[in-house]
Amino acid sequence: MAIGKFPIEKSHVMMFARSIGDSNKIYYDSEYAKQTECGEIIAPPTFVQSSAQFDPDYFLRPKIGEEWFGSAKGPTGITKKDSSGSGSGAGGGLHAEQHYVFHKTLKVGAVLTAEVKPGKTWEKEGRKGGKLKFSETVTEYRDQDGELVVTATGVGVRTERPATSN
Amino acid sequence: MTLHANDIKIGDSYEEEICDNLSRTQIVMYAGASGDYNPLHSDEIFTKEVAGYPSVFAHGMLSMGMTGRMLTNFVGDGRLKYYGVRFTAQVFPGATLRAKATITDIRDENGEKIADLEVSTTNQEGIEVIKGKASARLDQ
Repeated sequence: MAIGKFPIEKSHVMMFARSIGDSNKIYYDSEYAKQTECGEIIAPPTFVQSSAQFDPDYFLRPKIGEEWFGSAKGPTGITKKDSSGSGSGAGGGLHAEQHYVFHKTLKVGAVLTAEVKPGKTWEKEGRKGGKLKFSETVTEYRDQDGELVVTATGVGVRTERPATSN
Repeated sequence: MTLHANDIKIGDSYEEEICDNLSRTQIVMYAGASGDYNPLHSDEIFTKEVAGYPSVFAHGMLSMGMTGRMLTNFVGDGRLKYYGVRFTAQVFPGATLRAKATITDIRDENGEKIADLEVSTTNQEGIEVIKGKASARLDQ
């Protein structure tokens, strides 16, 4: 998987900041940002997660003309039984860890590309029995000058039964 | 706001309430902005009847994002060098979360002063939902 063009846009950054409840002016007010050491509206630290919007094949976004596994007339829109489907059924994948290394401050106006590399995989026995399968992906975000901006490492876990916290 | 190396010491901490009675709408806002439309976060019918969870729950990345707000309020904008977390428990609608950062080290790296921090976010029952670390550049 790769993302060819991830433009860092002002209104996207504003909406993302609102969605994490952050009213810091550095995320929407150009005049304010100019007076700070950043000099320009910047993106919140976890913003690159929203590169999913620019991934044409991102599997957690409904696509026109394709069945979606969320509810519609029935509790799921998938008409064929397919236990291997992403997230359908009890054994869906969950996010276990996320790490970011910041090489440069990400500012509005940058245009990133993302290259995804598979990382390690490992297995662990769950607390309540059942195998937990972990897999790591490393995403390198580079700007229009080819400079590394953020390295993101995500760890996903697939469970054999629904994970609950209590 | 930025942090000056002379003004802080190992063991200093900062904390904030990062959400109060988390709404399903806030979770939907995060889905819309981030592009992660997994029905586990917004579709109560699917989540209960097909996936088998008691209710929709927040994206781990929403909790990480809100915890990141506490961090940037503490260390300043554009100052983070590293931020990483483990998601240790799910966050359900109605959650009230507090996030805390504690300075564990202050060190020199390539001519910069860096603070290492331990990060922890807990819910209204005292259960830790995020356990992480961060590093930030300081003024010197």
